Amino acid sequence: MKGVRHYPGFLGMTILCLVVLYAPLLVIMAYSFNGSTSITSWGGFSLRWYAEVFNGPESERFGQAAWNSLTIAVIAATVATAIATAAAVAMVRGGRFRGRGATFALINLPLMVPEIVTAVATLIFFSMIGLTTGYLTVLVAHVTFCIPFAYLPISARLQGIEDQYEQAARDLYATRWQAFRLILLPLLAPGVISGFLLAFIISLDDFIITNFVKGAGMETLPTAIFGSVKQGIKPNIMAISTLMLIVSILFVTLSYLINRKGRRSPQPPTPS
Amino acid sequence: MAGPLSDHTPEGSGGYRGLVGALLLPTWIAIGVFLVLPVALMAVYSVLTKEFRGGVDWQFSLAAYDQFFLNRGLFGDEPPVLEWTYIAIFLRSIWQALLATVFCLLIGFPTAWFIATRPAASRGIWLFLITIPYWVNLLIRTVSLKFLIRDNGPLNEALIGIGLIDSPLPLVNTNLAVQLGLFYSYLPFMVLPIYAAVERYNFALSEAAADLYASRWVTLREIVLPIVRPGIVAGCLLVFIPSLGAFLAPDLLGGAKTFMIGSLIDEQFKGSLGNWPFGAAVSMILMTLVMIALLVYARSAAKGEAA
Repeated sequence: MKGVRHYPGFLGMTILCLVVLYAPLLVIMAYSFNGSTSITSWGGFSLRWYAEVFNGPESERFGQAAWNSLTIAVIAATVATAIATAAAVAMVRGGRFRGRGATFALINLPLMVPEIVTAVATLIFFSMIGLTTGYLTVLVAHVTFCIPFAYLPISARLQGIEDQYEQAARDLYATRWQAFRLILLPLLAPGVISGFLLAFIISLDDFIITNFVKGAGMETLPTAIFGSVKQGIKPNIMAISTLMLIVSILFVTLSYLINRKGRRSPQPPTPS
Repeated sequence: MAGPLSDHTPEGSGGYRGLVGALLLPTWIAIGVFLVLPVALMAVYSVLTKEFRGGVDWQFSLAAYDQFFLNRGLFGDEPPVLEWTYIAIFLRSIWQALLATVFCLLIGFPTAWFIATRPAASRGIWLFLITIPYWVNLLIRTVSLKFLIRDNGPLNEALIGIGLIDSPLPLVNTNLAVQLGLFYSYLPFMVLPIYAAVERYNFALSEAAADLYASRWVTLREIVLPIVRPGIVAGCLLVFIPSLGAFLAPDLLGGAKTFMIGSLIDEQFKGSLGNWPFGAAVSMILMTLVMIALLVYARSAAKGEAA
């Protein structure tokens, strides 16, 4: 029955939704290939702004910022994924225990506190314990807010894995660690990878919290871009933005594909 | 999509029963020490005395809240009257966030409905298209939007080009630009929960309504909307809450007249002009508002489940 599902104009709204979401991104991608120095006129296709990103006067500053962003994202996502995996195993395989509800709320807390409030609170905390703000403080803050994002796909995946495989392994005298490493972890892998990728992007994306706790002199890509666009949107910013856009889309696509592949084969391969 | 406050995780088997404490310890430490403790400290800072180089003196004082709510005149000796400056900023932020939420709902609901009524095979692709922008850096998205709608930007050029307008629309630095920015930032948050609710909707109900001569729109209003309401409420909350404390959209797309809570807080921690206790107090008030919204939501969700 198509009739009751169809509402006139809803397709138009969907297209409008997609246009609104994508138009700004497509425009900035197109203009990053603009050969003209002026951002208002089109001067033919050119890669000069990409060359400037890597060799131009600001390349060192942005290079350092990109390095900071990348290393922080890798370390924060790795640590957050490890913490979230342990938490998911306890929450899904730990049975009923005291404080379970409170722990669930705690894991989701970073999603509920407004970002700017987290930023203020974290800055106050670091300043009070006398830790100099910089790379380390940014890293710690990133690990904290990445945990729920890593947790979601891991726990979702774990809920879909029945525990009879681990039980069978335990019955055959596997230690708990062996049952985890050889049975559960391979089954859980798509969720873990997906969680890592999401945490990675969330870390790369963050501006507000980083801006509060980074201190002077330390920059990540978003804070460097923010500092730069305060004086107007320059073409090299568009080139950097396009590169970051591509990295994000690549990672999300990867996460989506891994998750889909994982969902198609939820059962372990039959032992030969 | 389950609501952010409800735990639908089945308790499952107890294969790791004895290890729960050890497995959860890292989470408790990470979030407990680096989020719960800082928020508690922030509450303490909000009742301390301002130190002039930025920072605080450990001296109890309600000056921050006093500054927020009361006006005691230029020299502080007049009888206190209600101070409107900061309340007005909050009211404006709430208004902007509400408008952004309404825009998101008006576009997000039809989109979610349309996607949920596609064949199962293509739904994933549509959803994926909606979620991609969410994962793109928010700063880059906001900058892109500013580039698109600025006075000599592509949007105005296109509109002049097709003869719709004669002179560029001054969009940047207006309330409209901020609403557009918030709308653009959080639109996917509206679509996803509504999609999840519509996907579970039993279309036989619509067919029954049609058999009884209800028009499409009557069916939508009387049958569909009450049933998918939890999804709509969750979507509205997911747009409203981040919009309320947003910093990037008002800062980059707005001007002095569109000052919102995020910028007010940000200012208190910048350089020697800042006022840490006041910034902490404003953050506390913002967080209280958000928690009230979440509690109201949790209660209505619990009521919905019981019904």
